[in-house]
Amino acid sequence: MLRYLLGRLWQSLILLVLVSMIGFAVLNLAPGGPLSQYALTPGMTQETLDRIAEQMGLNRPLPIQYLDWLWHLLQGDWGRSYRDSQPVLGIITGHLFATLLLMGSSTVLSIAVGTWVGIKGATKRYSIFDYSATVGAMVALSIPTFWFGLVAIYVFSLELKWLPAGNMYTIGNGSISDYAIHLIMPTVVLALVNVAVWSRYMRTATLDVINQDFVRTAKAKGLSERRVLMKHVIGNALLPMITLAGLQLPTILGGALVTETVFTWPGMGRLFLDSLGYNDYPVVMGLLMFSAILVLFGSLIADLLVAFVDPRIRLS
Amino acid sequence: MSDETKHAILNPTRRRALTMMALAGASGLIMPGLLGRDRAFAATPPAKPTGQMIVGFSQEPTVFNPHLLHIEVDEGIHFSVFDPLFAIDPDGKFIPALAVEVPSVENGGISADGLSWKVKLRDDVKWHDGTPFTAEDVKFTLELMVDPDFRSWRKTGHELVRELTVVSPTEITWKMDKPFAPYPSILASTFIVPKHVLGAEKDKNTAPFNNAPIGTGPFKWVERVAGDHITLEANADYFGDGPYLERIIYKYIPDLTVLYTQFKTGDIDVAGLQWITPDHYEEAKVLEGKTVIVVPGSTVESVTFNMERPQFKDLAVRQALYHALDKATIIEALYYGLPTPTESYMPQQSFYANPDLPKHEYDPEKAKKVLDDAGWVPGEDGIRAKDGIKLSFSNSTTAGNHIREQVQQFMQQSFKDIGVEMTISNLPPAVMWGEYWTSSQFDSVVVGLDFLTGADPDTSDYFKSTSIVAKGGSGQNTWQYVNPEVDKLLTEGGQIFVPEERKKIYLKIQEIMRTDLPFLPIFQYATVRGYKKGAEGIAYNVNVRIDSWNPGSWYWSS
Repeated sequence: MLRYLLGRLWQSLILLVLVSMIGFAVLNLAPGGPLSQYALTPGMTQETLDRIAEQMGLNRPLPIQYLDWLWHLLQGDWGRSYRDSQPVLGIITGHLFATLLLMGSSTVLSIAVGTWVGIKGATKRYSIFDYSATVGAMVALSIPTFWFGLVAIYVFSLELKWLPAGNMYTIGNGSISDYAIHLIMPTVVLALVNVAVWSRYMRTATLDVINQDFVRTAKAKGLSERRVLMKHVIGNALLPMITLAGLQLPTILGGALVTETVFTWPGMGRLFLDSLGYNDYPVVMGLLMFSAILVLFGSLIADLLVAFVDPRIRLS
Repeated sequence: MSDETKHAILNPTRRRALTMMALAGASGLIMPGLLGRDRAFAATPPAKPTGQMIVGFSQEPTVFNPHLLHIEVDEGIHFSVFDPLFAIDPDGKFIPALAVEVPSVENGGISADGLSWKVKLRDDVKWHDGTPFTAEDVKFTLELMVDPDFRSWRKTGHELVRELTVVSPTEITWKMDKPFAPYPSILASTFIVPKHVLGAEKDKNTAPFNNAPIGTGPFKWVERVAGDHITLEANADYFGDGPYLERIIYKYIPDLTVLYTQFKTGDIDVAGLQWITPDHYEEAKVLEGKTVIVVPGSTVESVTFNMERPQFKDLAVRQALYHALDKATIIEALYYGLPTPTESYMPQQSFYANPDLPKHEYDPEKAKKVLDDAGWVPGEDGIRAKDGIKLSFSNSTTAGNHIREQVQQFMQQSFKDIGVEMTISNLPPAVMWGEYWTSSQFDSVVVGLDFLTGADPDTSDYFKSTSIVAKGGSGQNTWQYVNPEVDKLLTEGGQIFVPEERKKIYLKIQEIMRTDLPFLPIFQYATVRGYKKGAEGIAYNVNVRIDSWNPGSWYWSS
């Protein structure tokens, strides 16, 4: 077990270095650079930009810049944003709560609803419920979140005036109920697509299990439909879901680019888009490393979990 | 009002009068205590700060030290927290802030040769932490601008300052290396920062001050919630007559459609920077409980030529293309009729604007004739040529700017009709405005430029022959425009400190630019601004880059 863990860690480390190298190269080789956005500022001169580039160390050779960045990272220093010169790690953790709140609630909602719809669809295969779930999932997957978000704001905020049009809380209020009411719309909009995904996976997984011999055996023993479903089918069908959920971890913490924009939610997705837009390389690199670590960590956790709940699998 | 303003924008004869009216009506609230109470019909501000206003911005302010490299939205916060020595009002006049009076040749603040300066300061100003403001802070700020270790965003002007001397806590003097007339405009956007806070910092680029600024302005820093908003609270000790709001909140709303929606729902009180998109104007102007108006900006949209390309060396070509450019259709059909057609790079609201420039005529037949007369004759493919040079060129702008891309396609068609081939080659912003632009690697470009520093008419950076980067110069003369007469006039104008005398020179320069046409002026941008009814004191100022330039004067009528 320990051997296995060490092996995985070693692999992860190599992967992380590769990811960082590729990310750094792609960012820096793209034309423009962090100062190009200031070129059209009235009164801006090329000398000023050159001087600032020099002061920021942007005119050093790329490999040197990379090694410098890596060296600092190894010491726990994630660098500072080009925009507000705040430490990158602080910026990332500062946006983490908003994203955790939104993605956490929407993931819980979508897994709960998605699993239920998936199981029901599989057990009542070809029923009206199954067909409508299938069609609904297709529609939900095809509608861009952006559009759905705007329509939801139009209907529930502008017309019905039931819910606020975005934002995480009312400035100056910030009570739990205030958060809750702001959370409803983005959570549901975001969950909609995920429910579709989860229900499709769950339906397939359940169908796989339902047709297995041990289910027939269980039924032959005289167990009730319900008991067979609860005790034998669902447990087994959920196994592949654990892996999926593990891989979902980086998405949860990475935030939702589109939903966060439409609902002015100050999370990681917005941070990523903004940092890209301003060529704020240290923050982009920080986010890249952060999500790479999460991907590796998430899949490791998932593998361990599967091994833990499924006695047939042994890690070695 | 909004409808009228729109008409005003479209109708050149009534335009000036009405814009001036709009600005004059607003200019009553330039600086608290000075002109604040003279609006005949206006409600009066409350006795003590009351309520809050939420201003929506579509970009996030992140740089709070006003002297670090920043974008325009950051200035929205700077104006609330800091003060300059003197500020600039919507009419382009300087009004004292931290200085007792605006230094001029007349009052002896500036010597007749422009080399010696003397500024008298207020003695009743306190920093937000209670420390008194003195001439030492001014000295510190002006020195910080040229500190080699500091990532100062602008050294222009400041690097000419010598012998900064603190005569007394309320008086500072200095000498200039040479007379530099734009310096007052630069000072008007140079916010004074506290020596006692920033002076002791070893690395001023990353000092805590930069993320929790302490100023003298009408509002004090409270907090920034990254990615969401910035809260400021009233500075009860403000030396002026404001502030009238308990709090002002700058809310970041990344999407313009959402910004407009939140303006509609009332989540934000003022639709700030990037404003209401033109396509929402028709709907916005009839919204209940909102004031929505069209406000001219200082940015001028133009078709810009690279004058070193053989096709564009011939003035006849540039004239013909101007005749072939259907400006009215571009403005009406593509820009919802909001912008004002223009003949100059100078905003029409400027004191220095030349109203007598020849009016543009859209006339394809004339365009053809000009080209025929100049010897550009159509070849077999229908494209004109002369001396082996084909009248064919590329045009570039930011890829993804849909309206501009439509303008290009429209131009392409118009030019084709007179036998000129224009190809479109657009680039992503980082590439477009990088070396491709600064080192004049393009044939022609559609671009919106703001030529002035504040209200100062000096454009040496743009039109002087020494400002061509592609020829080893320094500046933004990307046209590679060379005209010895303009060089001479710009040098002269940069040394005169009396506005009336300067004016003649800049009228002449505008005339020459209109004749030489290194760029075809299309229009001066106008944007749709809006705020909740009952919000008073919001005044639009073409001389600054941001709406919240006078937040100390904002209040709710009760």
